[in-house]
Amino acid sequence: MSKPRRLGRRTFLQIAATVSAGGSILACKEPVTVWKFFTPEEIATLDAVCERIIPADDYPGASWAGVVNYIDRKVTYVFQDKQSQYRKGLAGVNDTSQALFEADFTALSAEQQDSVLETLSSGKAPGEAWKTQSPSSFFNLVISHAMQGFYGDPRHGGNKDFISWRMLGIPHPPVRARRPAAPVA
Amino acid sequence: MALPHVNAVVIGSGAGGGVAAKELAEAGLSVVLLERGRWQTAFDYRKDDLQNQRTTQLGPAFGPHDLKKNPRVRVDDNGNARVVYANGWDYQNNAMCVGGGTLSYGAMAWRFMEQDFRMRSTYGDVENSTLADWPISYDDLEPFYEKAEWEIGVSGDDSGNPFKAPRKKALPMPALPHSRECEILKPAALRLGLHPFDIPMLRNTVPFNERPACMRCRWCVGFACECNAKCGTQNTVIPKALATGNCELRTECLAKEVVIDDRGRAKAVAYFDENDRLQEQPCDLVVVSCSAIESARLLLNSKSKLFPEGLGNRSDWVGRNLQGHSYCGAMGLFDEDVYDDLGPGAQIAICDYNHGNPGMKTGAMLANEFIRLPIQFAESNYVGVKRWGIDHKNYMRTMFRRTIRVMGPVQEIPVFDARVSVDPAVKDFWGIPVARLSGSKHPHCVEVSYYIAERAEAWLKEAGAIQTWRQPSGMGLSGGQHQAGTCRMGDDPATSVVNRNGQIHDCDNVFVADGSLHVTNGGFNPVLTILANAYRISDYITREWKGSKFR
Repeated sequence: MSKPRRLGRRTFLQIAATVSAGGSILACKEPVTVWKFFTPEEIATLDAVCERIIPADDYPGASWAGVVNYIDRKVTYVFQDKQSQYRKGLAGVNDTSQALFEADFTALSAEQQDSVLETLSSGKAPGEAWKTQSPSSFFNLVISHAMQGFYGDPRHGGNKDFISWRMLGIPHPPVRARRPAAPVA
Repeated sequence: MALPHVNAVVIGSGAGGGVAAKELAEAGLSVVLLERGRWQTAFDYRKDDLQNQRTTQLGPAFGPHDLKKNPRVRVDDNGNARVVYANGWDYQNNAMCVGGGTLSYGAMAWRFMEQDFRMRSTYGDVENSTLADWPISYDDLEPFYEKAEWEIGVSGDDSGNPFKAPRKKALPMPALPHSRECEILKPAALRLGLHPFDIPMLRNTVPFNERPACMRCRWCVGFACECNAKCGTQNTVIPKALATGNCELRTECLAKEVVIDDRGRAKAVAYFDENDRLQEQPCDLVVVSCSAIESARLLLNSKSKLFPEGLGNRSDWVGRNLQGHSYCGAMGLFDEDVYDDLGPGAQIAICDYNHGNPGMKTGAMLANEFIRLPIQFAESNYVGVKRWGIDHKNYMRTMFRRTIRVMGPVQEIPVFDARVSVDPAVKDFWGIPVARLSGSKHPHCVEVSYYIAERAEAWLKEAGAIQTWRQPSGMGLSGGQHQAGTCRMGDDPATSVVNRNGQIHDCDNVFVADGSLHVTNGGFNPVLTILANAYRISDYITREWKGSKFR
């Protein structure tokens, strides 16, 4: 897999100029990504995994809350040491998915996706990537980052619109000042 | 270039060091207060659920900030050593900033009970333990408890606690209005014949010491207080110390060693300054108050001709008896909302099970737990629910607002091999050997934790919990924010590190003033006892101080 390229301001301007001048179809040799670390394909897989960890029901899930945005930001900052785990692990998710259902993870039904994740969780998943990395510890890593992105503070890129705090019915945004509560009658 | 001589160097600006700096400076001594962290406020990491001292997914907000520069080594029960960092539980982090743990603590302000000072006399010998009495009694400490309560500021109402040791003066501030949890738990405790009361807390409930009252938000334990209602040394005694003109606070200065002269007395403190340059501050006396793990590390790293195994370590007791608390309790699910989003959360306690538990040699206070953050609840797995998927989401929705946790810190039975040593190989960024933590709890503490967890469960059931889960303690070494015991105070130099005045047995101008000197750590959060002891030791120093020389 080729290394993802970040879309810098200069590149963006170049692309914009090309597109507007020629109106031609953009022909890029490398995949261009608006993400800091992940490729668009990786983001799609990660987003689908996170959505199964915190699925939407009558309240939005991980996908709507922007959990991948949180992970993408932190994996280039405090979680830099997790980069190779993510790169290998997300490839491994598709390996296992192909081995079980002959399709990429994003193409599976929710039930099929859950059974792929159960397989990872069991620690014995088929796939090239899992020869050098434990599938269960990768899945545990994604679970904890997904929880942080969904239930943590929105300032870090997840929990969009305080959605998890709304779901729990607790004050949002953070209380900055208030009078002490009156004694309970 | 040598720094100008001062009377006293106080190392560490937490509960112990903050008080010592203020008392010595007010007595007219020139003081340098060294702090390895920065002077932080609530606005550095403003109400960040992922970066504070309690939930550290993105790092501890109040130090250490650079995890890689400040490693420790943890040895597991099989003897395997590994390097650990401050965002992991095994590191046993407290805090590294001006005010130390008191900037971000939950702020319970307990006086230990009379029996807590004579555990050996109360319970006798315990196998495989170094259980002993304190060399001082509650009465020796009582006036200093009172001083701490009034100078730092304590609110609450323990008049309903018949087990408490006698106090001469009431607390300066009233308790907060009761939260919903408190309204549920209090009548249930009374029905069980227990004795509930309002926890004393180092927190303004009315304007006090020119600072406002608590606004009761949920970013409490683990956070610096945004309205400055929580009382730590950083907003009480340290400003007073600086106001005397006799105290200089040097932040981002990490002590390397206490420098000992040929006659075996401290002559200076060597430290790395904010630019990582090695400095030597000459002085007449030293107060070590870096909390139990780092104080022990500093003494062990202070090797000299007369103390080749480290300062005060002639009997190999420095770093021994590391103890925190064996936390345990229970969680109860109620069929109605019990969450009202009012901090600090912890409010009601009982001391019925601190002592006198049948067949047991220790016990704990029980209290409702501090207010929770969603991420804390999401990551904890109290009930064994599946950790992902719709089950987990439903767990959050049904349980977050409908559960109460009652927890208690079981007083530990000290163990000689639960210890801090310095690692022979691993060094920190500055080249100083790091703390190496090894050993585990005394098994009796775990036994007692099952008993205490059952009592917590019974309380919740009486309060109407429809389902409960017990949470006993494990065997793992404890320390963390309650770390204590590593420089034991005692009359016999063969079985202790410092005397009853906090003075190192072999070196009369070096004092320890923090949780390290606790012989036992009470069934309570220890900070008020650390503050009181710091007042007591400072009182001794200032009485013995003879103008330009010490003794």
